[in-house]
Amino acid sequence: MSHLLEVEHLKVTFPTYGGEVQAVRDVSFYVDQGEVVAIVGESGSGKTVTVQTIMGLIPAKNIKDGNVRFNGKEILHLSKKEMRKLKGSEIGMVFQDPMTSLNPTMKIGKQIAEGIRKHQKLSKAEAKQKAIELLRLVGIPNAEERYHQYPHEFSGGMRQRVVIAIALACNPKLLIADEPTTALDVTIQAQILDLMKELQKKMGMSIILITHDLGVVAEMAQRVIVMYGGTVVETGTVFDIFENPKHPYTWGLLRSIPNLHDKEKKRLVPIEGSPPDLFSPPKGCPFAPRCPYAMEICVEKNPTPFHISNGHTANCWLNDPRAPKVEAFIAEGRE
Amino acid sequence: MYIVKRLLTMIVTIWLIATLTFIIMKSIPGDPFASDANVLPEEVLQNIRAKYNLDKPLPVQYVLYMKNLLTFDLGPSIQSETRDVNTLIADGFPVSAVLGLQSLVIALLFGILLGIIAALNHNRLLDRLAMFLAIIGISVPSFILAPLLIKYFAVEWKLLPVASWGTWAHSILPSIALATTPMAVIARFMRSSMLEVMQQNYIKTAEAKGLSPATIVIKHGIRNAILPVITFIGPLFAVLITGTFVIEKIFAIPGLGKYFVDSIFNRDYPVILGTTVFFSTILVITLFLVDISYRLIDPRIKLTSNKGD
Ligand SMILES: Nc1ncnc2c1ncn2[C@@H]1O[C@H](COP(=O)(O)OP(=O)(O)OP(=O)(O)O)[C@@H](O)[C@H]1O
Ligand code: SF4
Ligand SMILES: [Mg+2]
Repeated sequence: MSHLLEVEHLKVTFPTYGGEVQAVRDVSFYVDQGEVVAIVGESGSGKTVTVQTIMGLIPAKNIKDGNVRFNGKEILHLSKKEMRKLKGSEIGMVFQDPMTSLNPTMKIGKQIAEGIRKHQKLSKAEAKQKAIELLRLVGIPNAEERYHQYPHEFSGGMRQRVVIAIALACNPKLLIADEPTTALDVTIQAQILDLMKELQKKMGMSIILITHDLGVVAEMAQRVIVMYGGTVVETGTVFDIFENPKHPYTWGLLRSIPNLHDKEKKRLVPIEGSPPDLFSPPKGCPFAPRCPYAMEICVEKNPTPFHISNGHTANCWLNDPRAPKVEAFIAEGRE
Repeated sequence: MYIVKRLLTMIVTIWLIATLTFIIMKSIPGDPFASDANVLPEEVLQNIRAKYNLDKPLPVQYVLYMKNLLTFDLGPSIQSETRDVNTLIADGFPVSAVLGLQSLVIALLFGILLGIIAALNHNRLLDRLAMFLAIIGISVPSFILAPLLIKYFAVEWKLLPVASWGTWAHSILPSIALATTPMAVIARFMRSSMLEVMQQNYIKTAEAKGLSPATIVIKHGIRNAILPVITFIGPLFAVLITGTFVIEKIFAIPGLGKYFVDSIFNRDYPVILGTTVFFSTILVITLFLVDISYRLIDPRIKLTSNKGD
């Protein structure tokens, strides 16, 4: 069976005064129908650029290489007009900051109806009715009244519900959520995640969920993509990543989450060192300068994906049969 | 409630301006009859002074003036035998208002348009060109631009009348001369406002809906970018109304600005006071209207200051 979304060897760069930022260098992954895939990785690892490229929000001149296939169709080189047909109808997007992702001078309801009317042949009244239904669907009380209100009359959590309603307006096959809860209070975060989970079950769409929170990953996702320095370093099921991680960067990530079973909250242990220079990325493994297990070959050659098991790959030389065996890792952080 | 409060503030403001003008004017040395002093006999002068209440002590003059002001009577002019200040304003203001409003419309329309074009072509040729024009527009004062316009459009190409007032054609050159600088200021302001708005996250949201670039620019871009420009209209109106002095002088237009300048040279107290009070009233009302319209356009601002009930 072919995948709903397939990203292959994606490369995106941005010219800046300081040189060319290689934001995404070689990213490949796939998303299946009805699946929730999480993308994790530290700040600047290229998560947002990757998904915005899929969404057609990155100018074509910045996309240097790669393919994106959606529903079996190549979409990276679609005309702008064809891409606009896809955006908001087949693929919806939820942004990080609900406080700024709604137009402050347009009524909430109109912002939802606008997308509906763009993609479906509905009258104004029908679109309005649909928008009100969507507001109900995302759990906004008094939807009819709320339709006529402006964003400033909504709390952060309520606004994010509206943003979700906009993204889901045309029953997309794929929902991309870029840190949808980072800007919200902890209690609200849980509500929004529950809502997304519920809607995913109800509507059956696939979700790409970007998050910094591995707890959220465990809760929501079936598969995980770990990104580092503009590349995918490990990918696998949630079980693979949490119970059998095969990349030192993933070990570091796991070590940096507080242990749930701990009585007292431990401070997060950030991974030491700084991310690679994206202006001139190293030719070897991008994690080498920070990796306690780095070998000679790591600096020389960037590791290709090693297949650990079905669907589980790790870009790390340690998985080469000739590499020395490295003993368990997370234990040190969880003693 | 809010509107009542604003109206009261407006009245107090106008009263303060009238009082201040009165005080400043009386503290400037000079006499409206100075040039005639050696010609007219002392008794005649006395009579004239009495006619304009100039013989009374200052506080009495002040009270008398304020009393008249309350009945919208701005008193007689000293220079003009036939027309009192009210008539002067009634004759001159419509002319100035047409000139000012026409310039305001030109400045807003073309300034906003130029700003949008520049922003949408950020750092490309059209942007550079628009901003080059804007810099010129800002740095060339109207009293230099006006003679240039006259030289080419009126004298050399004979497209428009040289000066004076009458038909609409007469108003074109002075309106353009008056509008150029504010238009350039608005263009630059609109450009940066538009650039900022197009960077906002809600534009990305609109893009993610699959809307066309035109819809995004018009519905989500311009409306938000134009809000700060509206706050400009009040002060701009003031600039245009007061800016008419020079233009009215150059083009020999019988507007209020011309009377005002003449009255200052002639120490025509009632005219100075009257026009100042009139100008400030216009200004205060404009600011009020702009405030109201701003609140109508921007839903985040409410007309009522008391929230929740
Ligand atoms: N428009 C742009 N111009 C220049 N550089 C950019 C641009 N967009 C992204 N970058 C750079 O690309 C890199 C990857 O950015 P990206 O936003 O994808 O990171 P991220 O993984 O989403 O991080 P975060 O977790 O902080 O959101 C960063 O170094 C960023 O500075
Ligand atoms: S390839 Fe080498 S440097 Fe890179 S993560 Fe693996 S061991 Fe560390
Ligand atoms: Mg991001």
